[in-house]
Amino acid sequence: MRKEIIAMLLAGGQGSRLGVLTRNSAKPAVSFGGKYKIIDFPLSNCINSGIDTVGVLTQYQPLSLNSHIGIGIAWDLDKNYGGVRILPPYEKEEGSEWYTGTANAIYQNIAYIDTYDPEYVLILSGDHIYKMDYGHMLQFHKEKNADLTIASMSVDWEEAHRFGILITQEDDRIVEFEEKPEKPRSNVASMGIYIFKWSLLKEALLKLKDIINLDFGKHVIPYLHDHHARIYAYQFHGYWKDVGTLDSYWHANMELIELLPEFNLYQEFWKIYTNSDILEPQYIAAGAEIERSIISEGCDIYGSVKSSVLGTHVKVGANTVIRDSIIMKDCEIGENCVIEKAVIADGTKIGNNVQIGNMPEAENTLLPKIYTGGIATIGEHTVIPEGVRIGKNTAVMGTTTYDDYVNEELPSGGALIKEEVL
Amino acid sequence: MKMIGLILAGGNNVRMGKLSERRAIAAMPIAGSYRAIDFTLNSMSANHLSKVAILTQYNSRSLHEHLNSSKWWDFGRKQGGMYIFAPTTTMGNTSWYRGTADAIYQNVDFLKRCHEPYVVIAQGECVYKIDFNEVLNYHVNKHADITVVCKDMPAGEDLTRFGIVSVDIDNKIINFDEKPIVVKSNKISCGIYIIRRRLLIDLIEECNAEGRYDFVRDILVRYKDVKRIYAYNMDGYWSNINSLAAYYRTNMDFLRPEIRDYFFAQEPSLKSKIDDLPAAKYNVGVKVSNSMISGGCIINGTVENSILFKGVYIGNNVTVKNAIILNGSYIGDNSYIENCIVESRDTVKADSRYVGSADDIKIVMEKNQRFLI
Repeated sequence: MRKEIIAMLLAGGQGSRLGVLTRNSAKPAVSFGGKYKIIDFPLSNCINSGIDTVGVLTQYQPLSLNSHIGIGIAWDLDKNYGGVRILPPYEKEEGSEWYTGTANAIYQNIAYIDTYDPEYVLILSGDHIYKMDYGHMLQFHKEKNADLTIASMSVDWEEAHRFGILITQEDDRIVEFEEKPEKPRSNVASMGIYIFKWSLLKEALLKLKDIINLDFGKHVIPYLHDHHARIYAYQFHGYWKDVGTLDSYWHANMELIELLPEFNLYQEFWKIYTNSDILEPQYIAAGAEIERSIISEGCDIYGSVKSSVLGTHVKVGANTVIRDSIIMKDCEIGENCVIEKAVIADGTKIGNNVQIGNMPEAENTLLPKIYTGGIATIGEHTVIPEGVRIGKNTAVMGTTTYDDYVNEELPSGGALIKEEVL
Repeated sequence: MKMIGLILAGGNNVRMGKLSERRAIAAMPIAGSYRAIDFTLNSMSANHLSKVAILTQYNSRSLHEHLNSSKWWDFGRKQGGMYIFAPTTTMGNTSWYRGTADAIYQNVDFLKRCHEPYVVIAQGECVYKIDFNEVLNYHVNKHADITVVCKDMPAGEDLTRFGIVSVDIDNKIINFDEKPIVVKSNKISCGIYIIRRRLLIDLIEECNAEGRYDFVRDILVRYKDVKRIYAYNMDGYWSNINSLAAYYRTNMDFLRPEIRDYFFAQEPSLKSKIDDLPAAKYNVGVKVSNSMISGGCIINGTVENSILFKGVYIGNNVTVKNAIILNGSYIGDNSYIENCIVESRDTVKADSRYVGSADDIKIVMEKNQRFLI
């Protein structure tokens, strides 16, 4: 039985601009909005759009992604025919290679796609936050009799130079592409979401297979354009956020705590699903203070939480103040701490009297382009001992002890990354 | 695979008041995110009882909705499964379940086709955790015919809604009074029994032949002198929610850290139907203290010593005190609610005032229309 459309979700990238957050897990497996992971958004969009066959291409640090997806039960993607399938790179008779580019990853999985003999293939990436009905896009694709449809949205003119820009005719047919142009001629940006006619994409992939680091944006789409394929821009109107940098990741989380957030997770329609069976209510103790925050199931709050996003099973001790921070699941924060503008990944343990982020700002010494925006970034399963102070634009990861700090302090701009000894 | 589970979830109780208009007791929401029957289902699942039958009858729609998939409790397996047996009419029978024993009798074919040697019979309306394997070991060691899980209740509690048990020095039950007017012992039956499957079939068939339909009265009480019926003492938390006061108190017990620790943090963990609700959201001007807040809640007001179930909305300038707000309720701006239970999916209009007292918990049932987005 053939499927009309199947989705291929590119989830193999590291997302190095998220710093220590992606040291042990791929970017799509990073938490978002309390209980979700970034990949939950495209996966939920698929099932909500009626696409029940999704290949997830993994490569970089796939463990947490694999265990999160499992057999896809959480998204109703455990199907007798179709469903979700994890597709890692594999060894072949005539040598083997990693996924060297986005299109190369699809090329290596032609056999998987062919088992469903689809008319169309939807290409998604696992690093954006949005709700989108791919069914509408498919409808558009059919109406235009397109070979390739690229989802697009209008961005601010000042921002346009950061995107792949599409120059379209009146009927939405794309006449020209500009990759991150200095002087953009249009503000219609590509969202990195494509619907291809499979027969055509397969033909192109087989033609171009020997190109190194075969990429959709750099090779496949220009090739199709040169061969006069019908390429259309589908205009998406709605919330869509790239969370590729620490700063944009922090901002996108913070938007959720607005009184009426632009991206509303509280609607019954177009639910976002995630693999979490933690249900127990959070407990807010007498003496706790909470304001402008979202807090997930199973948290135990004795201190004060303001303008923050907390994942599941986070414990916050008495007299601790958390402000403008993102705390992911299973973290334990001691008593009398002050935590400001920090991103703290899963399972981190912070002792009593720790201060994070309340120091004057300084540029990061290790990776100034990544650890910026005044954010203190703490990697997963980090241990921070009692009483230490950590400044802004910092990165901390691993089991740290007093000896790792000078005068019990990691000044602003510092980095403290300890390798785990296995 | 030594035991199968039978859960008696068909009951109603007038002591629940208006709350049972909406659902069977086994489907009553508990502790923010659970239903009463989850506690029995979890204990069975955690003890590897892979075949579980649930007997429903009274007002079972809400309960059946909750039991929409066996995967929540990990029963959806090739070896076993979760079965819901509601009464049916057959060529030979046109009655509802006339009692607990009759409910089992009407499904005796299921029991006959099983191969597991033992049956656990439990209720769907109690909040507890139990190790059924330990009870089974006790049952085998005592060479018992039937083992009844019992609990010693603290002095001063009204026990007239329970079955009262007296035991000898070996814990063999010598007397069993069902819901007596005068209570002679503080040991009560928790309504959980272990019995050999063959024996259960014999007793149930005999019962039916004599036109008797109640498991407690017609089997436990009637056979107490001829069968070896033993009491297994349960130490952990156990509460039956079958009265309004008990329902309120059981929920409020979860505000105690040791109770939350026992049910939520200690293994086995509690599973239930997943609703995929987002994290709870707190806006400006919120005051929350000593309260449990479930997923999907949006809070704008003051919440004290209360339990908010899933997807509750608390408006601006609202005060909720010592209250239980059930699933999906909407509390309009400036309302004041104290010592109340607000029914699920209720819409309390702005400026409402509902005040009960600690001894007289008020049930709020407003049937205003509201449209979901």
